[in-house]
Amino acid sequence: MEPRSKSFYVLSAFFALFVLFLYGPTLTIGVLSFQGEGGGLTFPMRGVSMYWFYDLFEQQAVGDIWGSFRRSIVLGFMVMVTTVVVSVIGGLAFRKKFAGSRILFYLIITALVIPSILVSLGVGLLFSQSGLDVHWSTSGFGAQLTWTLPFGLLIMFAVFNRFDKSYEEAARDLGASPWQTIRHVVLPIIAPSLIGVALFGFTLSYDEFARTLLTAGSYNTLPLEIYGMTTNVTSPVLYALGTLTTLFSLLIIGVFLALALLSNRRKARAGSDAGKAV
Amino acid sequence: MFMKKLLENHNVTGWLMVSPLAAVLLIFLVMPIVLIVIVSFWRATEFSIIPAFEWDNYAFLFGSPVTYTVFFNTFKYAFITWAFTLVIGFTVAYYLAFHIRSLTWQIALFLLCTIPFWTSNIIRMISWIPFLGRNGIANSTLMSWGVIDEPVEWLLFSDFAVIVAFVHLYTLFMVVPIFNTMMRIDKSLIEAARDAGANGAQILWNVIIPLTKPGIMIGTIFVVTLVMGDFITVRFMSGSQSANVGRLISNDIALLQYPSASATAIVLLTTVLITIGILLRFVDIRKEL
Repeated sequence: MEPRSKSFYVLSAFFALFVLFLYGPTLTIGVLSFQGEGGGLTFPMRGVSMYWFYDLFEQQAVGDIWGSFRRSIVLGFMVMVTTVVVSVIGGLAFRKKFAGSRILFYLIITALVIPSILVSLGVGLLFSQSGLDVHWSTSGFGAQLTWTLPFGLLIMFAVFNRFDKSYEEAARDLGASPWQTIRHVVLPIIAPSLIGVALFGFTLSYDEFARTLLTAGSYNTLPLEIYGMTTNVTSPVLYALGTLTTLFSLLIIGVFLALALLSNRRKARAGSDAGKAV
Repeated sequence: MFMKKLLENHNVTGWLMVSPLAAVLLIFLVMPIVLIVIVSFWRATEFSIIPAFEWDNYAFLFGSPVTYTVFFNTFKYAFITWAFTLVIGFTVAYYLAFHIRSLTWQIALFLLCTIPFWTSNIIRMISWIPFLGRNGIANSTLMSWGVIDEPVEWLLFSDFAVIVAFVHLYTLFMVVPIFNTMMRIDKSLIEAARDAGANGAQILWNVIIPLTKPGIMIGTIFVVTLVMGDFITVRFMSGSQSANVGRLISNDIALLQYPSASATAIVLLTTVLITIGILLRFVDIRKEL
């Protein structure tokens, strides 16, 4: 290996600063959420306590944090499952050109680039003008899908662009039906990417704010609840909540990444019979 | 027999398979946009909105000097954020793609950059308060170094804070596509350039940057559209002191002025789409995935 150039060390320092920039603020509120009872929103720490976390679990004067947390999780799973299923089927369909596939592709891009407030406003108007009530599980759900589906589909496009079609041809030559080919050949190969799509589906929904703002109705999701708190809560309880929901996100991310790693290993083991010949 | 023939037709099976996708996009994207266009011609009273066909909302929008300031602000935020995210994102991607030698480390560090994207944007904005606030870390550090004598007021709740938050939230959207295109650059091209006598800077400028352009374009599209469509970062980080088009719309919505909000939304959408249209002339997205 050639020796490291000077630019390597400069760039390493730059990268370290970037990571600090990314994580520093979040770590800071993590620390500050242990602020003592009399402490404020900034340093110095006035003692160390769990006061603000206990505060979260007590009866809230305003809002409904735990209800909104529950709703966000349910909605996240709804969006996740829908995103995975629709993206896989859509990705499979897009492998062949069909009449109108170009238009649909541009619609997907539009969904990705359209300012989120238009989705919120438009879906809100659509429901109110058709006499329907907006609710997080109907209008909120649909509005979030316009954001998660494009991501899911882009991942599927990327996956299928790199997909070796000869596996499918081999399966077909061996007499597999189209469904068997998908079920026993295509799906196992793309499984790790599906976990990625699921991760996007859940986390983008769980953290979505703009698209649910006008479409969640009278029951808030967690990000809406947190946003409401920013205007009227000026104590570290905000940080405690932020720390908890970030930890929850990290837990979810960790689980998904571990699953992806496992499924990659499994694929590597099951996919090759090298060295097993007698 | 007829069914079988039908199912062998690409167009039929294709549409069957994308029908759930098409349904979602139709109901939650196309119909809402159409409705916003329609409502933008309606009339609003204090209590309700009335179907009409008049250009008043647009006339008012284009007649007001506030509109131009706010659109200028929107472009200003987009441009400054774009410049910073591009430089930082490119550097980070370049480091990961060309200076990290093992794939495992590349993936690990890449994930390290990606994880914040999967956490809450609002929390990430809030987390700047203890940093930039009047008694925040930045001010106390600068004072202890003797750089300033009293706390700087413009760190939080200012345009500066808005830009910091945008760069913090969206640099990832540059890193990912640029890293993705860089990873596909054939390393032998770089060796060839080095053999032909190019130095590091020349390789970067004449080989890597041209080959990375599609990734840069995709990142640009993401960052520009996210910033132009934002309404919450500007409101929160500027402490309601600055406005962009998104805030104009959300203020109208808060006042139940849906027709006027719709007209502004349509102008914003048109602006964003024209910008994207120009950017898309430089890149074929489907080829780059």
